[in-house]
Amino acid sequence: MPSKEDLYQKFVEKAELVSAKVTSIANEDDALKYVINLCDKKEACQLMISGCEADLSDKAEALCDAKQKKVIAAPGLNEDLYKKLAAQSKKAGFECISEGMRDHLAGVDIGFTYAEYGIADTGTLMLDCPSEEMRLATMVSEFHVCVLPKSKIKANTYAVEKMMLTRMKKTPDYLAFITGPSRTADIERVLALGVHGPLELHILIMED
Amino acid sequence: MQKANDLKEYREELRETLGNDFLRTTLDNFAIAYRAGRANAFKGMDVRGLIKEIADSKDEAARNADALYREFKENAEAAGIHVHFAKDGDEANRIIAKIAKDADCKKIVKSKSMTAEETLLNHDLEDAGLEVTETDLGEWIIQLRHEGPSHMVMPAIHLSRFQVGDLFTEVTGKQQDSEIEKLVKVARRELRQKYVEADMGITGANFAIAETGSIGLVTNEGNARLVSTLPRVHVALMGIDKLLPNLHDALRILKVLPRNATGQAITSYVTWITGNNECLAAEDGKKEIHYVVLDNGRSELIKDPLFSQVNRCVRCGACANVCPVYRLVGGHKMGHIYIGAIGLILTYFFHGKDKAKNLVQNCINCEACKDVCAGGIDLPRLIKEIHARIQDEDGHPLPSFLLGKVLKNRKLFHTLLRTAKWGQKPVAEKDGFIRHLPMIFSKEHGFRALPTIAETPFRDWWKEKRPRVATPKYRVALFSGCVQDFVYPEQMQAAVDVFAANDVAMEFPEEQSCCGLPVQMMGETKASRDVAVQNLRAFEPEAYDYIVTLCASCAAHLKHNYPKLVMDKPALKLRADAFAAKIIDYSSFVNDVLKVDAKDFTQTSEKATYHAPCHLCRGLDVHDAPRQLIEKSGMEYVECAEEEVCCGFGGTFSMKFPELSAELLKKKLDNVEATGADTLLTDCPGCIMQLRGGLKRRGSRVQVKHVAEVMSKNKK
Repeated sequence: MPSKEDLYQKFVEKAELVSAKVTSIANEDDALKYVINLCDKKEACQLMISGCEADLSDKAEALCDAKQKKVIAAPGLNEDLYKKLAAQSKKAGFECISEGMRDHLAGVDIGFTYAEYGIADTGTLMLDCPSEEMRLATMVSEFHVCVLPKSKIKANTYAVEKMMLTRMKKTPDYLAFITGPSRTADIERVLALGVHGPLELHILIMED
Repeated sequence: MQKANDLKEYREELRETLGNDFLRTTLDNFAIAYRAGRANAFKGMDVRGLIKEIADSKDEAARNADALYREFKENAEAAGIHVHFAKDGDEANRIIAKIAKDADCKKIVKSKSMTAEETLLNHDLEDAGLEVTETDLGEWIIQLRHEGPSHMVMPAIHLSRFQVGDLFTEVTGKQQDSEIEKLVKVARRELRQKYVEADMGITGANFAIAETGSIGLVTNEGNARLVSTLPRVHVALMGIDKLLPNLHDALRILKVLPRNATGQAITSYVTWITGNNECLAAEDGKKEIHYVVLDNGRSELIKDPLFSQVNRCVRCGACANVCPVYRLVGGHKMGHIYIGAIGLILTYFFHGKDKAKNLVQNCINCEACKDVCAGGIDLPRLIKEIHARIQDEDGHPLPSFLLGKVLKNRKLFHTLLRTAKWGQKPVAEKDGFIRHLPMIFSKEHGFRALPTIAETPFRDWWKEKRPRVATPKYRVALFSGCVQDFVYPEQMQAAVDVFAANDVAMEFPEEQSCCGLPVQMMGETKASRDVAVQNLRAFEPEAYDYIVTLCASCAAHLKHNYPKLVMDKPALKLRADAFAAKIIDYSSFVNDVLKVDAKDFTQTSEKATYHAPCHLCRGLDVHDAPRQLIEKSGMEYVECAEEEVCCGFGGTFSMKFPELSAELLKKKLDNVEATGADTLLTDCPGCIMQLRGGLKRRGSRVQVKHVAEVMSKNKK
């Protein structure tokens, strides 16, 4: 049996191999600090830099203009934590939402979520997201920041199989393995990050 | 898509592709990077064991396909999903168009699905007045270009950034440059609006899990998550081959699928959908979900004793990644819709004989695909079988028919060879090559010189010069194969010399003839069987410890195919099993059985490099023995790049597709010359014929020899 520390090490190694940015944090306050700080430093819309400079069709351009200020989407947090985040966001001048993702399909700066499990041998996050808001927050955002409690790191997919089955049998369900940011190599096999989903994946491994 | 009417037109198409430098460079780079990436991804894992487990579980699933479908349907329906069965592609497309109509959908976003490519779904939906947008970047690109995929996993691998830049300029109406990072972002922005507007999303499914009625989707871009989340209706189209009894089987395949496809440990996203999950765009807040399960010939395939293994395919595309022919000509010429080795087979079953008849001939039988297949499918064998079936239905071409006739009659065959020796006199050079090619060969065969028939065949030499071994340690029978008997008898003589020095008593059963692989390759199954029976009768397997052959192709054919060829005749099958069990290749016999020692050879330390014949390294899984023998026999072994990649001989393949053979040979010889070695050693007379002929044409100083020849020469 690998120790908790071994699993943690392995998880970090594998996640970083696929361009995830992994940080150790002590508690939830650290997580909130991380998100606010990241959102602050981040360009207003990453896509403006790489996408909008290159001309878009008029229709796509219009969708782009729909976004006014920096947005943090954090569906699925417990109420207290969400309140804290919302307050800090407001102070920093960001919009913080827990629902209504469909009104923000042009892009969200940061999606902030909790993972159910981590899978060490591939550096994978397992998120159960029967809620549509959760799914969209993890897909539409430019940066996805995900908290993973250290004790939830399991060795491999077989070790989460039972947990998956429990959720799948309590239908409906929408489970996701997320490993690194969205990527493609469809043009000349050159790796490009952030094709449809997040451009960056930040994993905050929290002591517990 | 494959459009050629006959082999001549097909060869014409192949020639055009050979001129596409961009494609060639891309596929070359990919082939080399893939091999390293895959090896790295599987490091420390029991790959063979895992593949065996997948093969067994998929076979079991195939046997239970009906029950699995019922269980899958029941569980999916209980979770609020509509399940449809479609017997063929047209029916599947009609069902999907009707779902769209009934739910009042106008705009559709799709994530990548090979099954939808198979049914030509987009065409039918567009004919029904629907707007369909592919969202996988590669699929979107080829959709905009009105093309099919040229790779199962990387559909647009044949296109350059410049072509994509021009295409996106056209699509957006704004000038786009060709920087990949930017092009990807343009696609992101352009496609985002399509997701927003769509009322229906279509995906495939990598897994259909019966115990829960769930589907699993494996993607890197994440588009399948958006396609299955944003629109209010979701349709998943999947073949019955995707049915698995439980989640564990899916997780097991997931260990291999991305590793085999792209060398990734896992894709960025793996999505597991169960039941009609939440959809805030729907009136009742629930997504309308339909599964369309497609047969399209699959249930027939499953019932076929030989072809049922096709069901194991998980669509990783690895068989194309390692195929030397795919690497030359790309997916549009190495498949119809499905590409690569599995593509040749699926084309026959899903799209018909006419589409497959030329494609199936374009397999060099190097077995690289079989070696890499995630489901352990014997792809080359199935391709040959389809070739044979098509010939049985359509009639046999004259050359293969005649060759079959000749090989069946040993005496006639050998008389022809002896006559050829006289016939070649006017064109034979002293150096063992034919001066200019006979009229029957067109100019494209000029890439290699051909050898002359030897003055004295091995069988005649044997009668006069066979050595007597007083106190034998082993008794072996020699199987020469026709090339070493009549063209390169010196290779056999060298082996006899080494064997005699190691107290091996030898027999050479005179009734033996060609192993029959050439006619098998040409789809002449009956002739191939007749030749096998002829050889089986010539040997008494019980009388020897081993049957040794110096030809890797003969060895693999005798060992693996003979028992299969006579499967329906119990007595012969027993004999073939005993025969096959005694077959051993030269290097394994000398290195592993005789265990020769370096001290018995003069150490010259001359540099020698090696070419691993396909049928030795993959056919017989022999890797170390020949390399150890090179060192033991006193030479310094220098590794050659892509040592286990085919030299382009492929027997009759090189006659049928000389341009492809020439290109494969060119790569091989470039790698050989780059080693700086003056000697190239190998274990197969066919490879020697190809390599020597090519080097002769280049005017190279590199000498090609069978491993046996240097051993005999350096023996103290």
